Amino acid sequence: MKRILAFAPLVIALIFGGFFLWGLNPDRDPNEIPSALISQPAPNFDLPAVEGLESPGFSRSDFDDLDKTVIVNVFASWCVPCRAEHAVLTSFVEQDGARLFGINYKDKPEDAVEWLENLGNPYERIGADFNGRAGIEWGISGVPETFIVGEDGTVIYRFVGPVVGDAQYSKFHTALLAAGAIEGQN
Amino acid sequence: MIPELGHFALALALSLALVQSILPIVGAGKNDLRLMQSASATAYGQVVFVGLAFAALMNAFVTSDFTVLNVASNSNSLKPMIYKVAATWGSHEGSLLLWVFILTLFGASVSLFGSNLPATLKARTLSVQAWISVGFLSFMLFTSNPFDRVFPPPLDGSDLNPLLQDIGLAMHPPLLYFGYVGFSIVFSFAAAALIEGRVDAAWARWVRPWTLAAWISLTAGIGLGSWWAYYELGWGGWWFWDPVENVSFMPWLLGTALLHSAIVTEKRDAFKSWTVLLAILTFSLSLLGTFIVRSGLLTSVHAFAVDPERGVYILGLLAVSIGGSLGLYAWRAPTMEGGGLFKPISREAGLLVNNLILGAATGTVLFGTLYPLFLEAVTSDKVSVGPQFFNAAFIPMMLPLVLAMGMGPLLSWKRADLFGVLQRLKFAALLSLIASLIVWYLSERGPVLAYVSLLLAFWLMFATLREWALRIRLFETDMPTAIRRARNLPRSSYGMTIAHLGVAIVMLGMIGSSVWKSEEIAFVEPGTVLSISDFKVTFEGVERTRGPNYFADRGALRVERDGEYVTTLYPERRTYPVAQTTTTESAIRSTPAGDLYASITEPASEIAEDAGAWTLRILYEPLIGFIWLGSIMLCFGGLLSLSDRRLRVGAPKKSESRHAQAQAAE
Amino acid sequence: MRIVFIVILSLFPFAGLAVEPDEILSDPVLEERARVISKELRCVVCKNQDIDSSNAGVARDLRLLVRERLVTGDTNEEILAYIQARYGDFVLLKPPFKPETYLLWFAPPLLALISIIIGAMVLFKSRNRKVRCSLTASDEKEVAQILTAFGTGDNK
Repeated sequence: MKRILAFAPLVIALIFGGFFLWGLNPDRDPNEIPSALISQPAPNFDLPAVEGLESPGFSRSDFDDLDKTVIVNVFASWCVPCRAEHAVLTSFVEQDGARLFGINYKDKPEDAVEWLENLGNPYERIGADFNGRAGIEWGISGVPETFIVGEDGTVIYRFVGPVVGDAQYSKFHTALLAAGAIEGQN
Repeated sequence: MIPELGHFALALALSLALVQSILPIVGAGKNDLRLMQSASATAYGQVVFVGLAFAALMNAFVTSDFTVLNVASNSNSLKPMIYKVAATWGSHEGSLLLWVFILTLFGASVSLFGSNLPATLKARTLSVQAWISVGFLSFMLFTSNPFDRVFPPPLDGSDLNPLLQDIGLAMHPPLLYFGYVGFSIVFSFAAAALIEGRVDAAWARWVRPWTLAAWISLTAGIGLGSWWAYYELGWGGWWFWDPVENVSFMPWLLGTALLHSAIVTEKRDAFKSWTVLLAILTFSLSLLGTFIVRSGLLTSVHAFAVDPERGVYILGLLAVSIGGSLGLYAWRAPTMEGGGLFKPISREAGLLVNNLILGAATGTVLFGTLYPLFLEAVTSDKVSVGPQFFNAAFIPMMLPLVLAMGMGPLLSWKRADLFGVLQRLKFAALLSLIASLIVWYLSERGPVLAYVSLLLAFWLMFATLREWALRIRLFETDMPTAIRRARNLPRSSYGMTIAHLGVAIVMLGMIGSSVWKSEEIAFVEPGTVLSISDFKVTFEGVERTRGPNYFADRGALRVERDGEYVTTLYPERRTYPVAQTTTTESAIRSTPAGDLYASITEPASEIAEDAGAWTLRILYEPLIGFIWLGSIMLCFGGLLSLSDRRLRVGAPKKSESRHAQAQAAE
Repeated sequence: MRIVFIVILSLFPFAGLAVEPDEILSDPVLEERARVISKELRCVVCKNQDIDSSNAGVARDLRLLVRERLVTGDTNEEILAYIQARYGDFVLLKPPFKPETYLLWFAPPLLALISIIIGAMVLFKSRNRKVRCSLTASDEKEVAQILTAFGTGDNK
């Protein structure tokens, strides 16, 4: 009995050590937060169009009769990485034929219009989220964030941060392929 | 050139540590005095070379040598000199160097002050100490060289995080490290004793001063850290149960348990294997802290640059040192014979309660801190364990401890008379009840737990004073006798009394500042008047001022009470252009009754900002100063105890008899 | 790494410090509840901070949302559940009581119980143990050495 008890601290320490070793896995990001929305129906929101822009507004009902998986991107003109990401998203739309919806997060309409005029507008619909409330419905933690929403209106995938750089690009591209938002090149 | 010399000195220190990790312990096995004594030379040598390396790095910071990567990324030529010096230990590499420097200092002081230790124990202790040195020196040289050069050198450095440019935080790491690393000596003693297979009262006697010294530094370090959080972060909180705070708190809790269990081992030859285990675990938790802070395993508000590769190396060190020592423990502990017998009501039993509660509390904090990691590993779900959990789990555990703490010092060794003790404390109990009722009557209503805690804090205070009064026979004999007895009480006895009173004082501060805190937040323009507690605060406006490496918007607040001018507070909002950060410098008016705390920021709302308003936040935190007063008392009590000649190893025996009579008061 | 840094910067379009004057509700009871709820919600972009003391934009939005819902008459639990549904368990600083966290919540009472059992065992043993005058291994060795030393002395 005494002998077994004397081993207890060592055993506990080894168990802890095993967890630490797991935790040091370089692929693990301790700051990453899983989305509560994955495999859930897309949240409710109803956003007006951005003033001065031709793209129509964006709301939950736009998911009701989808013919294809779509990308939903949250962006803002004041967000520096969004600028870099814009070209990547544009290429998904123009080269891979993806459908892209946008949520313009806490932006001044005139800034958003100017930004899209300069960079081009790949978005089918853009909703203006002035107070960030739709952002909360989507559970975003910042901009940019990008979601993949299935034909039936369920959220399939969430990507936090800009889809910029090779690693990020291939991660997101794989997810797009898997979800059927774009066709694979042969 | 100097940085290269520093690097070279580190390599030399490593080779000395390697020698010291082998020769003395081999010598102890062979009973070869010459090999054993070689430890002294290598221990001094290590301190000299690591000290040289440390001086070389400090020199690079002081002269702003931006060819050194570490300096370029953590300093700036405009920074005030004191923070250039402090930046030496502001980064991961530099703080690691400080860590090792303190480690070698402790090793050398064992060599210096341990002349009366048995030669074999001393040799083995120093060898174990050298194993730790080897681990950390090689870690530094292989993964975190503080002397790496950068080419081409930048014109100026990118500055240290301005939040850290503060005198409280500049002193925080050295104190904390003295605490953490101080426990390494206790660990080495424990490992050496296990290798030797001999733990006795004499061993506990050698270990106690080192434990005490480490504990004092750790107490001071934690106190300073929470004080810094209080005045620098700008919302008046001082403890957040953040992982990084918890990992410094756990060695403190367990170190406190060790201090008390070592007394039992020293006086009664009991709890031997438990004391050894505590000695190992306390330092293990210190190492765990180093690991968690530097590996980025958990998300924390305070953290160094994160690098998983470093994490793997430290984890390896942990595996060897903690795993090795606990393995040694599993092998040797069962052969340790329990010492003196005692009854369920006795000083021993009281200290057992202290140890068990502190152990359970440490386990709770450890488990709560690591639970998100455990759950993520098993289910890949992420949860947060915040202050609500720790408060709910930790506070109920501490309250019985405080209850027992009031009685403990009155219990006699072996067998105590509980009824007699309660009889002696009934007056203290009555006083604390009255005091709590007065507070209840005078204050706004708070939660029940607050009044329970308050009652216990008063209980601890009055019971501790009563115990002191009993020792000097106050009220029992004439005044001159009592005063003579008071002067003859040993310092360690006063140390205990003051430290226990310190705990009561800290509790009062915690209760007062968290239960009866009041807060006013408003947009202010020149002339706006706010009232808080019984103060009237007038915002007089903001002016732009300049510091050496920042500019600041300084607000002026005129504080009045009952129509009379009290003071003017100047909270600042500082902007550091190089580091591109802003910090909040709160202005505090401290009195024993409470702190009036003010901070200003730019309003988040653009409308208010365009109107030229500022967001002013004023807090009144009753009794909060008691937290730091109590912490100072804890440290002072520890120092007093440390200065007691009985604790000094090899003190002349004749002083014993005089203290013996004071002890007889029990 | 650089990109991550830029992302973090872009999350702070506004400077500010925790609760702002224009957020505060006129009803002190509701405001007090809002503060309690805010202290239970973790700021998702910060490193281990509650939204009450965070100056991030999302934290401010959540604070405003909490107050709006309080005004419409939601209970504290309903508000916490609403935000949990969107951000997951991670956002709750007080972990919900469910199978995944049973171990966490039962750990403190379990540790207390183990302590009590150990304490009782030690006390019981110390009371009943007979004093045995057995020697430790090293003592035996010492005695043996002394005996041999004396033995050789006798032979001379």
